[in-house]
Amino acid sequence: MKTAIILVIVAVGSVLFHLLSPWWWTPIASNWAYIDHTISLTFWITGAVFVAVVLFMAYCIFRFHHTPDRQAAYEPENKKLEAWLTVATAIGVAAMLAPGLFVWGQFVTVPKGATELEIVGQQWQWSYRLPGKDGKLATTYTSLISPENPLGINPSDPAGRDDLVVEGGEVHLPLGKPVKMLLRSVDVLHDFYVPEFRAKMDIIPDMVTYFWITPTRTGTFDVLCAELCGVGHHIMRGKVVIDNETDYRAWLEQQKTFAELTTPIRKAEGETAPLPAAQ
Amino acid sequence: MVDATHGGMGTIPAAEVPDVELYHPHSWIEKYVFSQDAKYIAIQYSITALAIGLVALVLSWLIRLQLGFPGVFTFIDADHYYQFITMHGMIMVIYLLTALFLGGFGNYLIPLMIGARDMVFPFVNMLSYWVYLLAVLVLAASFFMPGGPTGAGWTLYPPQAILSGTPGQQWGIILMLISLIIFIIGFTMGGLNYVVTVLQARARGMTLMRMPLTVWGIFTATILALLAFPALLVANIMMLFDKLLGTSFFMPAIVELGQQMSYRGGSPILFQHLFWFFGHPEVYIVALPAFGIVSDLIATHARRNIFGYRMMVWAIVAIAALSFVVWAHHMYVSGMNPNFGFFFATTTLIIAIPTAIKVYNWILTLWRGNIHLNVPMLFALGFIVTFVNGGLSGLFLGNVVVDVPLSDTMFVVAHFHMVMGVAPIMVIFGAIYHWYPKITGRMMDEGLGKFHFWVTFLGAYLIYFPMHYLGLLGVPRRYHDLGTTDFIPPNVATLNEFITVMALIVGFAQMVFLYNLFTSVWKGKLAGGNPWRATTLEWQTPQTPPAHGNFGKDLPVVYRWAYDYSVPGAKEDFIPQNQPPSAATA
Repeated sequence: MKTAIILVIVAVGSVLFHLLSPWWWTPIASNWAYIDHTISLTFWITGAVFVAVVLFMAYCIFRFHHTPDRQAAYEPENKKLEAWLTVATAIGVAAMLAPGLFVWGQFVTVPKGATELEIVGQQWQWSYRLPGKDGKLATTYTSLISPENPLGINPSDPAGRDDLVVEGGEVHLPLGKPVKMLLRSVDVLHDFYVPEFRAKMDIIPDMVTYFWITPTRTGTFDVLCAELCGVGHHIMRGKVVIDNETDYRAWLEQQKTFAELTTPIRKAEGETAPLPAAQ
Repeated sequence: MVDATHGGMGTIPAAEVPDVELYHPHSWIEKYVFSQDAKYIAIQYSITALAIGLVALVLSWLIRLQLGFPGVFTFIDADHYYQFITMHGMIMVIYLLTALFLGGFGNYLIPLMIGARDMVFPFVNMLSYWVYLLAVLVLAASFFMPGGPTGAGWTLYPPQAILSGTPGQQWGIILMLISLIIFIIGFTMGGLNYVVTVLQARARGMTLMRMPLTVWGIFTATILALLAFPALLVANIMMLFDKLLGTSFFMPAIVELGQQMSYRGGSPILFQHLFWFFGHPEVYIVALPAFGIVSDLIATHARRNIFGYRMMVWAIVAIAALSFVVWAHHMYVSGMNPNFGFFFATTTLIIAIPTAIKVYNWILTLWRGNIHLNVPMLFALGFIVTFVNGGLSGLFLGNVVVDVPLSDTMFVVAHFHMVMGVAPIMVIFGAIYHWYPKITGRMMDEGLGKFHFWVTFLGAYLIYFPMHYLGLLGVPRRYHDLGTTDFIPPNVATLNEFITVMALIVGFAQMVFLYNLFTSVWKGKLAGGNPWRATTLEWQTPQTPPAHGNFGKDLPVVYRWAYDYSVPGAKEDFIPQNQPPSAATA
């Protein structure tokens, strides 16, 4: 009896905790509300199964606990019942999987016209690169990385001169425009993680990974690293600011281009190609 | 084939399998230290696993002290924290759970439950234990090397695992890799033994479909392990080469702390595929023995045949097969080709179906049973609750797009601790309370056992259930210190303190268990040969504890399945597997 009551408390208590506890997801700031909906749906289905199983156990313990004159039933199998349960489970699983795969289809399909933002992780800070006026990011090579060229931008790629480089600071994104995040690492695995965006992706050295979002509200959000990257993993922080169009333009104006950042060195190396004027 | 007995009992030919010539020890050392008796080897495995498991338990307290009270215990700096989580995880998964289920329970139960005198290769079996012990010692040695053990996380992902930004990159990672390689060698010796013994040494009449589910679980898990561990082995060898010889299997071009390194062209993702090709079956290497054992605990203590035995066997086999095609669900956000997500999410959610069938059959065994709420049964019930909870949260993480926000958060930590930490450990405890009287001849103390159960079960549930919600909020895992983070409200610290206090309480309850375990050897009530009135062969041995050779002069002959409990018209509410048909109903 006591055991049955405790199991009922476990089932009911879990549901109450779910409904009443103050710990819940952060208010979303991207287009991935679909993910939240799929999580909610999954909570309902799995929660119902959990409560049903635990309450059924409590009932069995209450009803069939040992007494001197009790004899257990002898029933090796019940094909019909097992078949029904299998089918019901398959339906429940499909009800979660189908919307999940549907949303995943959107997740892996970057909308045409998404602007690009390159995010570079290194132990233990974030840097960013945005395409300049030409709308194109230059090629990069890990072997080109040096103190003067921390992102390894190819200096002979003409698309690179107007690339905007943001080192170690905060990055801004415009509200309502889809952005494709191109993720690159200098050293080890990292993961660009902004809880309010819901989306995240690991970053792998010498390779480009990606995900996309459309920011849906303005504000300043914490950037964390979500893939263990060494002893400074937990201090690898940054900020991402979602701006309206005007504020975003203003921020963009202040950023330095690759050409501006490297002019002195390029002159020293005897480069003579004329550089575009700073914005 | 020993399987010549499939066609009904009347046609059993006279003993066609000659009895095995046993190796007889000549000295005390050969009997108790370098023993070739699977039962002694089982106890050696178990004690070693529990001993190194105690280290993991202490590490878990240190981890929780840091998470609950950041900054208070200043000796737990970031280096130490990452070393603690790494060693805690690796010890628990490999050196405790795998070793205890297969090396411990496998060795003890397989020969006894299938009616064999011993494992078929006793010498290799003995060697398996000593190689395992060496692996444990090498692992433990890394605590004492310059730089300490590795802090790469138990997944050991390169490149960071072998680079200088990670603690223990001098000796720790090398000893970790070597220890795992040794472990796999040792396991392979034992594993081949378990498989061949089950296939070749079953008693007459013990057809495959009469084997207790415990044997099915351990047997299938061993096959999984024999197929999965080689992936880890090659990954470890290649990483060792990358570390020691400067090869580039997993190392691409890297700039480490401003310095260009000489690595070129390796693939960090390749390591992750190899690791999880092993790592996901590993979950079932732990879970399948637990599934099997808990089925037998429930049937025995509910005095009812396991419901849907054939479905239970096929579910084990189906889960085992599927477990090889789901591994990349650990890598949804790894940067692999995202189209993999469609495939792996589908296979992962399909595996929920045979798993759910097992759960239904456990609870349908309770239904209309005659439930004895003794300590093994309580732990079995605790297993079902925690396993269902952890399995259901797996449906979040397995469904690729739902995994995206939750991956690398405390939700994952809560999920895998519930499903492959708490749940299998519930079974281990239940199994120890259940078979202890056979192993020692005495019962463990029931009162202490119930105290141990309630504190462990409720405490562990209170630790891990709320932890899911921290992950849902976005609290990342593997953080030495959350610092100030705008989206994390102050009440997260309160919950973390609560979890830490619960963890210390649950840890204390394990000391009560150890006290019970050791003192019952001489203080426990005498048990007799079959205190639970169980049907399976290990309870029918002429001596308790069973002597070398297990079954006295004649091996048992098996006439029925393992679940003849409460058969209508029978004299008793159980009929041992070796009882001939006429004797049961007389």
